[in-house]
Amino acid sequence: MLPGTDRMPDVIPWLILVPLVWASLAFLRGPGRGGRLALAGLAVQTGLAVKLAMQISISGVQSHAVGGWGAPLGIDLYADGLSAILLLLTQVVVLLLVVYARAYFIAHPEGVSYFWPLTGYLLAAMNALFLSADIFNIYVTLELLGLTAVGLVAARGGTESVGAAMRYLLAGLMGSGLFLLGVALVYGTYGTVSIAVLAPLIEAEAPSAVFVAVGAMLVGLLLKTALFPFHFWLPPAHGEAPAPVSALLSALVVKASFYLILRLWLQPFAPLVTTAAAQLLGLLGMAAILWGSAMALSQTRLKMLIAYSTVAQIGYLFLLFPLVTVTSQEAAESALQGGVMQVVTHALAKAAMFAAAGTVILSLGRDDIGGLGGVASRLPVSIFAFALGGITLAGLPPSGGFIAKWLLIDGALNSGQWGWVVVMISGGLLSAAYVCRVLRRAFLPMEAGARFNSPARALEWSAFTLALMSLLLGVRSAEVLILLGIR
Amino acid sequence: MSTALLFPLTGAALFVMGVAGLLLQPHLLRKIIAFNIMGSGIFLILVGLGQRGGSPDPVSQAMVLTGIVVSVAATGLALALARRLLDLTGKMQLPVPGEDAARDGPDA
Amino acid sequence: MRQLAVTFIIILCIAFGLLLFLVMLDLPAPHVHLAVQVNEKLAESGVIHPVTAVLLNFRGYDTLLEVVVLFVALTAMLTQAKGRNLQHITTKPCSVPMQIEVLQWLTRVVVPLAIMVAGYLLWAGAYRAGGAFQAAAVLAAASVLLRLASMLHTTGLPGPASRIGLLAGLLFFFAVAAAGTITRQQGSLLQYPDDWAGLLILFIEAGLTFSLGLILARTFLTLADDDDTRGTER
Repeated sequence: MLPGTDRMPDVIPWLILVPLVWASLAFLRGPGRGGRLALAGLAVQTGLAVKLAMQISISGVQSHAVGGWGAPLGIDLYADGLSAILLLLTQVVVLLLVVYARAYFIAHPEGVSYFWPLTGYLLAAMNALFLSADIFNIYVTLELLGLTAVGLVAARGGTESVGAAMRYLLAGLMGSGLFLLGVALVYGTYGTVSIAVLAPLIEAEAPSAVFVAVGAMLVGLLLKTALFPFHFWLPPAHGEAPAPVSALLSALVVKASFYLILRLWLQPFAPLVTTAAAQLLGLLGMAAILWGSAMALSQTRLKMLIAYSTVAQIGYLFLLFPLVTVTSQEAAESALQGGVMQVVTHALAKAAMFAAAGTVILSLGRDDIGGLGGVASRLPVSIFAFALGGITLAGLPPSGGFIAKWLLIDGALNSGQWGWVVVMISGGLLSAAYVCRVLRRAFLPMEAGARFNSPARALEWSAFTLALMSLLLGVRSAEVLILLGIR
Repeated sequence: MSTALLFPLTGAALFVMGVAGLLLQPHLLRKIIAFNIMGSGIFLILVGLGQRGGSPDPVSQAMVLTGIVVSVAATGLALALARRLLDLTGKMQLPVPGEDAARDGPDA
Repeated sequence: MRQLAVTFIIILCIAFGLLLFLVMLDLPAPHVHLAVQVNEKLAESGVIHPVTAVLLNFRGYDTLLEVVVLFVALTAMLTQAKGRNLQHITTKPCSVPMQIEVLQWLTRVVVPLAIMVAGYLLWAGAYRAGGAFQAAAVLAAASVLLRLASMLHTTGLPGPASRIGLLAGLLFFFAVAAAGTITRQQGSLLQYPDDWAGLLILFIEAGLTFSLGLILARTFLTLADDDDTRGTER
């Protein structure tokens, strides 16, 4: 396939090169340096992502043959509406988190040493993953993403952080190992790893090896996405990391492997997926919602509560599989829209909540929910951001989370699968319960003799902007859904 | 069965042994070695299935070279973390999961 | 309970292994023959060895990300390099003085040889097995030998010169990759200009050999770093 014929400058490779370059320059500048480079890099990347989204909405799907060879000999990059949405989401969330992290690490330099270069390489890995159309290349991006994320979690250096990082690394390596096994079997069967070339071959003939390959890849990716019961590594990794890292991982990194499951499920492997597999994923999603919410309700530490809430919210994403598989076109479309909206709104809301929690913890010097008294009057912006994020998680109107859940419920009703509606509504109530548990404490009077440091303004307002965006997405969801329709 | 399949079949055996070791061995060094055995198994499958036709396949060989470098990188990082854990806790093992959850009950 | 879980995992692994056996015995002939395509385009790739052609030209983008993986692993390791508490590590002097003199003599002979071998491997990559990674591994092995002979002491974090060395090869690779999209009318990432492919691949490999050698050596030295303050022999 040739790159865009209407002579528009190609932005696809630059979305990968720009973060690689600024991350390297940040490393050259030395430990703890590079915040300004990151800010400049992210501004450029956001512009590139907007441009790519515009190109896609004007002239359709974009592709780019790396090295000029073209698949199957070379590696193709590919961007449709779904990849554009995730690219845009990633750049915007990280741009605001960079503003947050610069202020955060000034107040609390522990773990900053190589934060900036690792963040840059993490972004390069995410962008490369969203753009890849080659399953072996996807494996390389997954490993790059996994190792940078582990480095970010480990950076603080205490027993909890390093232990969490080690567990995260081993789980991630097992996951990517299973994925690579699947790639090896697919390559052995068909002789190619290009998604575009594979799709018609799989449709024509699928020997049993390919079913095993798909199973291995799916389990590997579920492990990386932390779907119940593979969630064991997530709460410590996300809870122990410095707040900007928790926000990055919870908002975006788990979404990368989810994106791969969705993409591979819908594109080359669609002829192989069965209703039973889809129902199983839905049931695991349901278990994740119930288990994650119950654990969130019983946590005593603020960041662990938010981390368990991620376990629950990942469950919602998997409810879309029973709704898109072997159902009517209409039901499948609205379920897919709901699932992608859930990815977007959860990313914004969860980044806001981890960022707000980080500000609260910095100001109080403690992380237990019991000690939150008085925070609402001292840090109204942060608590407001946390509450707005909570509204999105619970799916209350007019938030983006409401639209997401509405579309998913619509898909469930249209395909006659009433049971999932009950799960979604009770999950929303549980989210409201654990968010309220935090808010109730925050509005209590301050304990006598409690310490309090006023945080930098950038900390509070960057979190607030993220939360506001998750709310406003409910009003402006049409643009996102139109972009998603371009495939 | 042709002799060409000897490599991928050996690879499959190594892969499951590696997975079992990674899951069951508590000692971190053993886990890291098990991960490398698992990786070698996958590489054998990739190269072995690639040359089923009889002639060596440069694409699967290049992929395996890439995979080896990635697993060297992962092994290095895993060793660094394992050694750091040894320094911090005196044990070459993962800290007990849920230790925190056991310590903090639900707050009143 | 634990015993039950162990048995379950072992049974699961054996079952999965058998499943892999069965499906691999039952494979049809592949549909796409990439080896044929590689041979057809080999003349345009700038090198004669097909594996090198795949690694640095047809699938060079994988290689670019893969060197970043290696560098990221080192960066992540460096976050663990500071403030290490060594109470649980038993440090023994590596040798008695007599032995270390022999080792140091041997090292003085072997290290220059290793550098020559690395140079050869780098050059050979164009037409036979070899290339940047193999050459870098030999260079890193030389640094391990130097470290064992107490002739090389690197502790703590890399300084400015060291940081440039670690990244120079990668940055050159990025620059060539970027140039592919700028210099041509419809150029793409990592597209080599006509007739320059061979030379550029050699330069990329030379840069990678240098930087990857440093990265691998630094990886080893960071792992071996025991804040050794015992005086050096020389």
